[in-house]
Amino acid sequence: MMSSLLSVKNVEAFIQQYHILHDISLEVQSGEVTVLLGRNGAGKTTTLRTIMGLNKVSKGDITYNGEQIINEQPYRIANKGIGYVPEDQGIFGELTVGENMRVAVKKEDERTTKRMEWILDLFPDLKKYWKKQGGQLSGGQKQMLAIARAFVNENDLLLIDEPSKGLAPIIVEKVTESIQQMKEHATILLVEQNFQMASNTGDHFYIIDDGQTVLNGKMNELQENQELKRKYLGIL
Amino acid sequence: MNIQNLEKSTWFYLCITLLLFILPMVITERSLQFIIIQIFIFGIFAMSYDLLLGYTGIISFGHVIFFGLGAYTTGIALDRLGATIGSLVIGAFIGVLLAAFVSLLVGMLTLRLKSHFYAMLTLALSGLFLVAAEKWRPMTGGNDGFTFRLPDIIREPNHLYILCLIFFVLIFFGLRRLTNSPFGKVLMAIRENENRTTSLGYKVVYYKVIASIVSGVVASLAGVLYALSLRFVNTGVFATDLTIDVLLMTIIGGVGTLIGPIIGAGLVELAHHWLSSLADVHWIFERWIILYGTLYILVVIFFPLGIIGTIRSKLAGRNK
Repeated sequence: MMSSLLSVKNVEAFIQQYHILHDISLEVQSGEVTVLLGRNGAGKTTTLRTIMGLNKVSKGDITYNGEQIINEQPYRIANKGIGYVPEDQGIFGELTVGENMRVAVKKEDERTTKRMEWILDLFPDLKKYWKKQGGQLSGGQKQMLAIARAFVNENDLLLIDEPSKGLAPIIVEKVTESIQQMKEHATILLVEQNFQMASNTGDHFYIIDDGQTVLNGKMNELQENQELKRKYLGIL
Repeated sequence: MNIQNLEKSTWFYLCITLLLFILPMVITERSLQFIIIQIFIFGIFAMSYDLLLGYTGIISFGHVIFFGLGAYTTGIALDRLGATIGSLVIGAFIGVLLAAFVSLLVGMLTLRLKSHFYAMLTLALSGLFLVAAEKWRPMTGGNDGFTFRLPDIIREPNHLYILCLIFFVLIFFGLRRLTNSPFGKVLMAIRENENRTTSLGYKVVYYKVIASIVSGVVASLAGVLYALSLRFVNTGVFATDLTIDVLLMTIIGGVGTLIGPIIGAGLVELAHHWLSSLADVHWIFERWIILYGTLYILVVIFFPLGIIGTIRSKLAGRNK
């Protein structure tokens, strides 16, 4: 039986004076891809940022590996083994691809070197443009770099925010493939608007609506339920 | 270090260093040597500011605090303890320690917050140090300041030139090494995106405080050399004008390039000297600061990345 790696219970959060998350509860099982779905502005990105410690929690609990991480500093949360790929990719534009990767490395050892080699085989463009500045990469290459950077360490959990955003369909396919391959090495909590990509990669889903988790279940059940897709995701 | 592995740019800088070492044999005119010494000193000061602004993204409106501390402790030590190398070392050492302590304190108090708090606190502190220097007349001589004698070994201008050059070169190569190291890359990452850097697992405030201390210590060394070059210290070393000057040197040369602020320091010092000397030709040159301001506006409009930044950007565009 799979165990819960991340547990979010009845979390509420504000951004300045705005009450964004009203009641978020979710469980992320080890070795699975859990997808957060919902319309624009529902609170998916805020949920990831709150887990990462970038937004304060005003109420509720977040535990990772059985340990409370609520309102911890983001660097402490990252050092516990959570990697984060933000919506805007967060590439350091003036650093080269190589420097972007090296900055992300927490521990230089043989295992990291092997992971680095593996990820560069997965994204050969990064190897090709190793000395190119991050800011000069295309949107797809930036996304690959952002994912690679989060994956280069032995993070047990990756939080990935809308990796398909603004990418051409062929690049989305490539990113989908890479997430499917990463699934074997890490647990993933994915925010995704592209339902095709979400259903191709996800095992479980949570639907967030107006800052609350309103529904969850197995991804294949959602794929077959046209009514739910129409109601919460606007898919006809 | 394997000499064959040195980068082309390092060879270039080493050649320039060699030329600078033999320059006093060619240029014997005292006033010109003095200008070059000032370029070295303000080059060091501007590099220290670049580490803060260009590499870490921290704005300081009172960087002059550290410069002034170095200048005053050196002047006071040489004045009170006698014109010996021992006094100079003690004065410089105290200046460096005080600068490290003040930058640590300011960093710890403000660098957890948004960057303008650092700017405002340094501005307030520079005002405080200026007033303290004015009021503590028995020690500082107030606004009038005081003169002091140099140790015999550096009384000869050529020797002072060599001393300043050695510091200039060591600090340049030291900071270059630091900014090219993994530590330097983390500083650049912080400058670009603090949230992102912290979510990669870096305790950002720790890196910012270290950058602030290194920058403060280097600025205090520039202050030490400045006092030696003038053999005089007054409250001018705490004046906000100097922070503005060093900010302009850094922006004109190119922030985050290290070599840019040195070029900026050279241009500003030469422009200052040259424009002031034209006062006999036309009255406008007496107000050289107007021309200087115009030059600054033109640079910001036409070279927003500064001289070196623009050159690098053009070269990168060509290699794309």
